[in-house]
Amino acid sequence: MSKPRLAVGSLLLATGLAASPLQADTLRLAIMGEPASLDPHKISGTWENDVVGDLFEGLVTEAADGDRIPGVAESWEVSEDGTVYTFSLRDDAEWSDGTPVTADDFVFAFRRILDPATAASYAYLLYPVKNAEAVYAGEADSDTLGIEALDERTLRITLERSTPYFLDQLAHYTAYPVPKHVVEQYGDDWSRPEHMVSNGAFMLEDWQSQTRIEAVRNPHFHDAEDVALDEVVYFPIEERNTALNRFRAGEIDIAREFPTQQYDWLQDNLPEAVQVAPYLGIYYYAFNTRDGHATSDPRVREALSLAVRREVITGRILGTGEEPAYHFVPPDVAHYDGAELDFADLDQQARLERARQLMQEAGYGPDNPLELQLRYNTSEDHRKVAIAVAAMWKPLGVEVELYNSEVAVHYADIRQGDFDVARAGWIGDYNDAQNFLSLLEGGVANNYGAYANPAFDELMDRAAGTQDLDARAELMAEAERLALDDHAVLPIYDYVSRNLVSPTLTGWEPNIEDIHRSRWIGFDD
Amino acid sequence: MTTDTAVSTPDLAGDSLAREAWRRLRQNQAATLSLVLLALTTLACVIGPWLTPWGLDEVDWNAFLTAPSLADGHYAGTDANGRDLLTRVLHGGRVSLSVALVATLVSLLIGVLYGAVAGFLGGRVDNLMMRFVDIMYSLPFMFLVILLMVVFGRNILLIYAAIGAVEWLDMSRIVRGQVLALKRREFVEAAHALGVRGHKIVTRHLIPNAIGPVIVYVTLTVPKVILLESFLSFLGLGVQEPLTSWGVLISEGKDMMETAPWMLLVPSVFLALTLLCLNFLGDGLRDALDPKTR
Amino acid sequence: MPGYILKRLLQAIPTLWIVITLSFFLMHLAPGGPFDGERQLPPEIEANLLATYHLDEPVWKQYLIYMGNLLQGDLGPSFKYKDFSVTELVAQGFPVSLELGLWAIGLALLIGLPLGVIAALKRNSTVDYLVMGAALAGVAIPNFVIAPLLALVFGVFLAWLPVGGWNDGQWQNLVLPVVALSIQQIAYIARMMRASMIEVLGSHFIRTARAKGLTEAEVIWRHALRPAMLPVVSYLGPAVAGIITGSVVIEQIFGIPGIGRYFVQAALNRDYTLVMGTVVFYGALIVLLNLLVDLTYSALDPQIRHDD
Repeated sequence: MSKPRLAVGSLLLATGLAASPLQADTLRLAIMGEPASLDPHKISGTWENDVVGDLFEGLVTEAADGDRIPGVAESWEVSEDGTVYTFSLRDDAEWSDGTPVTADDFVFAFRRILDPATAASYAYLLYPVKNAEAVYAGEADSDTLGIEALDERTLRITLERSTPYFLDQLAHYTAYPVPKHVVEQYGDDWSRPEHMVSNGAFMLEDWQSQTRIEAVRNPHFHDAEDVALDEVVYFPIEERNTALNRFRAGEIDIAREFPTQQYDWLQDNLPEAVQVAPYLGIYYYAFNTRDGHATSDPRVREALSLAVRREVITGRILGTGEEPAYHFVPPDVAHYDGAELDFADLDQQARLERARQLMQEAGYGPDNPLELQLRYNTSEDHRKVAIAVAAMWKPLGVEVELYNSEVAVHYADIRQGDFDVARAGWIGDYNDAQNFLSLLEGGVANNYGAYANPAFDELMDRAAGTQDLDARAELMAEAERLALDDHAVLPIYDYVSRNLVSPTLTGWEPNIEDIHRSRWIGFDD
Repeated sequence: MTTDTAVSTPDLAGDSLAREAWRRLRQNQAATLSLVLLALTTLACVIGPWLTPWGLDEVDWNAFLTAPSLADGHYAGTDANGRDLLTRVLHGGRVSLSVALVATLVSLLIGVLYGAVAGFLGGRVDNLMMRFVDIMYSLPFMFLVILLMVVFGRNILLIYAAIGAVEWLDMSRIVRGQVLALKRREFVEAAHALGVRGHKIVTRHLIPNAIGPVIVYVTLTVPKVILLESFLSFLGLGVQEPLTSWGVLISEGKDMMETAPWMLLVPSVFLALTLLCLNFLGDGLRDALDPKTR
Repeated sequence: MPGYILKRLLQAIPTLWIVITLSFFLMHLAPGGPFDGERQLPPEIEANLLATYHLDEPVWKQYLIYMGNLLQGDLGPSFKYKDFSVTELVAQGFPVSLELGLWAIGLALLIGLPLGVIAALKRNSTVDYLVMGAALAGVAIPNFVIAPLLALVFGVFLAWLPVGGWNDGQWQNLVLPVVALSIQQIAYIARMMRASMIEVLGSHFIRTARAKGLTEAEVIWRHALRPAMLPVVSYLGPAVAGIITGSVVIEQIFGIPGIGRYFVQAALNRDYTLVMGTVVFYGALIVLLNLLVDLTYSALDPQIRHDD
């Protein structure tokens, strides 16, 4: 470990870049894929967030434990009705080329990500902003967007309606500023290493595709003196076993994921490096409720859900600390106390009996077995869960055809409704129950099973118009209750985040969003 | 093994040729042993899954990822889903072996016909057909196979056909060479003179006589196909669950080599043994059928 | 000779055309598109994107557009990796794959040939059995098992070499991938060399050479080696294809940024242009290496002359 750090240290000394004359600390981080881009408007993966979140800083940002703290904004005021936010930007916010970060940069960024020509896949996260949806759809002009620069250091954002999670969301990369002067000069090439200018704790130094991304400490960052690391190197590694082996060989300091099947081994051999924490995500199976599918019958859906022994899946098949899920919204979501499937308290025997009875009522039995296609996208864990679920359905006389395809085909097909039961999962974009429950609203693209319940939609509408957090939470819990009683989906388990973190590091704090900015990380000297 | 005796003309009567080759093959101990082992492996894969106490996708809820043990009936341990590994390896053998056989037959069919026709017609047509083979040789075939798998999903029949379509080139060259050599010989000319139609000469005379090198080639193609199938499995383009193959099992096992080595070892032993035997058998057959060593 | 090379290169054009056309239509036949993923794009945006890349046109028209751009040397933008063009990605990956492939072939020859010769000279001795046994083991184990095994033993347990990564092709990072890639070819080459050496040693002209009173070493070095190598050289064509196929696996396991890794990812992501770009260059690589093999062959075998 000390070797590469010293080597880099002398290199930095030689070029006069090193802030600390004694040694340079380089963090080597394995991210789980090659970033599609480093332009915050063109990304959608968690591994891209790892890099881009170190390079940029929004109005609000994440502390080591994931809590939101002021970022570029020093302070802000919210209007009485919760629809107008006025931010004061800090004086010392600067781009890595020394130009100040202005309110105008934010206005420019918001307009750019919502410009249909940018085709940003994640722009919908900004829909709470007034007129954002219309601008994105090309129906309104970009200057009608609810964001304006009152002066160089004052920014006003107007929302469609009060949105309690809006401040949290401002820490997301969709709300990062982009350097107007650079983007205007280079166009889409601005995010290339030779041009990129950023405002976060680190700035891009080099990017060799599929090999490494290097970022060094940004001397213009407002909190630069508290950043312990001199350099961060990101290695894109898709093979989780390779990441594990490279971690074991000391070639990387943090691996952002490890293979589940190695968990026992890791606990025995590297217990101090294993970091498993609850994660804001739900792993579920979507039922196709369209006509012509057996799963359009709620009794069938309930029977299938009853027969899945979630404790066996989390305990024996996965066994990395996942929790069995009898809900759709993960339990640790902020300001929310959700509903549970009504059979959660029954023991397995009672569940199976009820399931058999329901199947019989629905007209299935030994002489008329239910045939189902269970689809999942290619992955070791999805495969194991699907096999286990198929085996658990067998006592009900269900004959399952397992079908796996790669991610693009899987989602393209299930959106078309070409499945009976399909593996799905959702990682929260922001810490709010609405982000999960909106997946079950009628006509939403990610509502794979086309679950439609007008009462559910109405409750969600009412919740959206409610400013009082408790009342809003109650409405959403009521909606979740409805969806669970309808067995709209088959929730299986709550995700956990799995990281390997070298014990020589400080500043790593587990959190539910699994966000760890390198500015808080340091070496324990 | 090569001796200096004059090259004798191969016997025209297929029967005695085969008998002679068989005798010579049996003298080769390694090849004989390989043949016996291959037969046993095939037999085990065909009937074995009915004899093991567990089904292909039967889950033993009390035994997830357990090591081989005689006590609980999992003689080769279980996988991460509590399924009996021995049963799955034997089942996987069915898939791997049948993929290999069918793909080889496909390549044989295309290759032999193509080569025989080219060799028999000769001249311009031959030139054109062989130029086409040259071009095909330069195709990044594995990539086309991957694309085919992506297009048509994990259809096992397609795996056969796709791999077969990759492997026919060598076969066609060999057969063409054989046919060219045989064509000049009296019995073909005699048949021509007697007015026997072209395609009959190909099917009745040329193909039976070119069979020796083709058999050797088959024993060398089968292991290649088995490896190809495992390569596709590694890329996640293998057969659909609950079906399995040696390639799928090995690529599952490779990630567990430290924690559950039996998952890698058991299918690997079957695969390696089969490939070794096929190689020995191929060598033995080459010696037995080679006219120069007669 | 230059005329021959030119002719071969011209012949490569129809080959590449077939490759490109086949791959193009296969890729567009595949279900799912480059913008399908876990999160759905709003329909207007998707339509917008499809229009930008001409994906809303009929496939034959897209084909004409693609071929037109290709003739101008434009491989198009990557759908997935938005900060790079396909040309840039291929330009980064191609030399890496080439380096890996050449080292692997070189190593396979360097080890396979002498092993084969030794086994042939000591036929039916313990040495022969050992060498051939090892060679067969190489044939019988898939390289995606050998590669992680090597990484585990030499990278993790012994810590002699890095487990993965490329690091600008430093020798430490090259060793394990090259070895893993060449093991199978070493095995094939050793077996082939042994067989052909045995055959050559039994032939007339070797007997004549021996009769002339040359020492055994002279016989082998001056007379037997060259003809014995011919079958091996003609095997190099298929060996090149094998190594290139293998590199897809090896690049993935060792995290090496070659174009094999791009190809598989691009095919799975439906990154049409990147798939096409890698296929074009793999096709070209195979053509070039095959030409190299043929030239070597004619250099070794005096009977073949490419004067036409």
